[in-house]
Amino acid sequence: MLASRRLARSPIASLLRRNSTAVEPPPAGGHLPSVATSQYLRSTREKALRTPGLQWNDEDDPHAIIGVERETRKMNVYQAVRDALSIALTKDDNAVVFGEDIAFGGVFRCTMGLAEEFGRERVFNTPLTEQGIAGFAIGMASMGHTAIAEIQFADYIFPAFDQLVNEAAKIRYRSGGAFNVGGLTIRTPTMSVGHGGLYHSQSPEGFFMGASGLKIVIPRSPIQAKGLLLSSIRDPNPVIFMEPKILYRSAVEQVPMDDYTLPLGRAETLVPGADLTLLTWGTPIYHCETALDMLANPPAGIAQHVPESLRKAKIELIDLRSILPWDAETVAESVKRTGRLVVVHEAGMTAGVGAEIAAEIQKRCFLRLAAPVKRVTGWDTPVALQYEKFYIPDAVRIVDAMVETLSY
Amino acid sequence: MASLARLRVSRRLPQLARGIQTSADTTQLHSKPEDLSQPLTLRLNEDSFHTYNCDMPELDVKVTKNQLLEMYKKMQTMRRMEMAADALYKSKLIRGFCHLAIGQEAVSVGLEEGITREDRVITSYRCHPLAVLRGGTIKGVISELLGRQDGMSNGKGGSMHIFTPSFFGGNGIVGAQVPLGAGVAFTQKYLNQDTTTFALYGDGAANQGQVFESFNMAKLWDLPVVFVCENNKYGMGTSAERSSSNTEYYTRGDKIPGLQVNGMDIVATLQAVRYARNWTAIEKKGPLLLEFVTYRYGGHSMSDPGTTYRTREEVQRMRSTQDPIRGLQRYIEEWGLASEQELKQLDKEAKAAVDEAVEEAKKSPEPATADLWTDIYYKGTEPPFMRGREREEVHYY
Repeated sequence: MLASRRLARSPIASLLRRNSTAVEPPPAGGHLPSVATSQYLRSTREKALRTPGLQWNDEDDPHAIIGVERETRKMNVYQAVRDALSIALTKDDNAVVFGEDIAFGGVFRCTMGLAEEFGRERVFNTPLTEQGIAGFAIGMASMGHTAIAEIQFADYIFPAFDQLVNEAAKIRYRSGGAFNVGGLTIRTPTMSVGHGGLYHSQSPEGFFMGASGLKIVIPRSPIQAKGLLLSSIRDPNPVIFMEPKILYRSAVEQVPMDDYTLPLGRAETLVPGADLTLLTWGTPIYHCETALDMLANPPAGIAQHVPESLRKAKIELIDLRSILPWDAETVAESVKRTGRLVVVHEAGMTAGVGAEIAAEIQKRCFLRLAAPVKRVTGWDTPVALQYEKFYIPDAVRIVDAMVETLSY
Repeated sequence: MASLARLRVSRRLPQLARGIQTSADTTQLHSKPEDLSQPLTLRLNEDSFHTYNCDMPELDVKVTKNQLLEMYKKMQTMRRMEMAADALYKSKLIRGFCHLAIGQEAVSVGLEEGITREDRVITSYRCHPLAVLRGGTIKGVISELLGRQDGMSNGKGGSMHIFTPSFFGGNGIVGAQVPLGAGVAFTQKYLNQDTTTFALYGDGAANQGQVFESFNMAKLWDLPVVFVCENNKYGMGTSAERSSSNTEYYTRGDKIPGLQVNGMDIVATLQAVRYARNWTAIEKKGPLLLEFVTYRYGGHSMSDPGTTYRTREEVQRMRSTQDPIRGLQRYIEEWGLASEQELKQLDKEAKAAVDEAVEEAKKSPEPATADLWTDIYYKGTEPPFMRGREREEVHYY
């Protein structure tokens, strides 16, 4: 774990990468081709300002210039995260950002320049000490402060598991409401990166799903990242905010410059449909987008496996966004209309988030289901380096699952 | 080889050659004012402290007669309360886990005497006395143990989960409170407060990784935190010698200076706490490690008789020769501050206060069924509902 961390940051490693290709270097996070052209990313100001659920947070601010057109700026996910952190630090004197190497900008550049802008007292590096970081952050938050801690990779969150599950999630309950750590937000990069391997490509959201008292949020894009992160920071409950690594650079949108939030605990329907509900969050959103195209216009290689009758199927695509508490209402309402559910996530299948969703949906929608709930997930193996592309559910597997479910 | 090593150590660190004094009756009266509202000067035994990279606290301690009597009464009350908890547990009125601090009263009472209400304290599961001393009530603690609404956590926490505004609770996970203490201290520093945080843990927890993680962060950022190791010589059923390669817990902070203290003499604990508070909150010299050498008379928890890993004689010897309450009682009588009768009266008052609190606690109702589902998320931000046993019992927020 340590060795690979060092490698990831070492200038030599990046130099090697740079020299290995004569053309434009690939982004550090790897390629995800469909992201660049995704229709779900809001590439114009008008589209960005029409983001569903967007709530401006400066309407009571006497200094805000009301009535003037809202501005947007082109940002990727890490810039949007940085923008959100900057707003949080500006508006809340008790907000503090800390984590491993974050004062230099962090391994994914989410905190670039924050230390210079807000001072080393408020934006600082910690030792490599995940359990300590979590406990320290919980202590701060229990004093009523806004602790925004980074765990450098979600894969490293396990030493902090006790603190998050036993302290952060439970302190309100076990103190009868006398104490809480509502000011706590743990940011952590999650999901596959294309070449992360065992300890840099995991998706641990499911492990936290039973920890009532916590909230778990995973954004899919820059607009979502900024709005959901500001909501998470201000939510009066401890939140684990997981940022999909591969999207840091590859997902680009016009992001509103002002302070806004997006609702926690609410899924968003990206594509309305009537024949099958496709539910996912984070990176696989874009695999699903590709899969929807493939289903409608299957390329030659898979056309024979996609019956003509299914190509016009209307698929409803939902981004779950909040894993805990998850928006069962929206999902159940959708499945009651479509009768079919396919859940896609990167973590392994056994006891993954999809298991809980499948169980709840079959209970709520049993008589409306036309096919068993299907899960498209990582395999129940470690995320092994050489097999990563094979491990991660891709568009073809999603198409296959939709075909199987539609023709059940 | 082993003896050679010991020789070398003893030559380099001569003060280690003698063990820490844990008698509760070696403090001398140095001077007594005519007017007893003025402080007395007491002289501690020089083996009350061992130091690690710091100066020894003054051996002369100023303390008033009233303070001594108050501390006596508090210790006696805390012991009575723990004994009442013991009885309630044995009569099956308290269920679950329950860890008593009988024998360790000089630590909690001495700590509270030496700090202010603005200071913060966080400790392990052996937390009942501190919960009362930091602004709680005996009734609140006993009710919590009984799982009643009048409990300080509304009956929803239990023995290990009792809080006051300046007391961040007991904690059920061994050592997990220590990094929280560092975070609390960071906030005090951030707010430019002249206050400090006392983060208590036991000799068992001293071997937890996160305790060392906290030491490192605290020293790195010079946080106003006092790490307090309550060394009662046994981590559950394993003695310090069997669990720790270095049993001098006050030296385990590496660059953090440390002070080992006779935790059975409340005058010594008070002086050490004053020293530590001054070090962290006033002189702002960064963190400090305090080790109170103390002893628990009972088992680790109620399910441990406490006699399988140590002899009854050992417990008996500690009780009869080094008891902190009896030690203070002797001081008070010898120095002519109160008569035996007057102290007996304080004992009676302590017992009466506890008895009354127990009776009141017993009358308190159990938490309402609906409260099973409250305090999970902030009100108004919960999921739409939480499951109950049956359809009618599903809790909608």
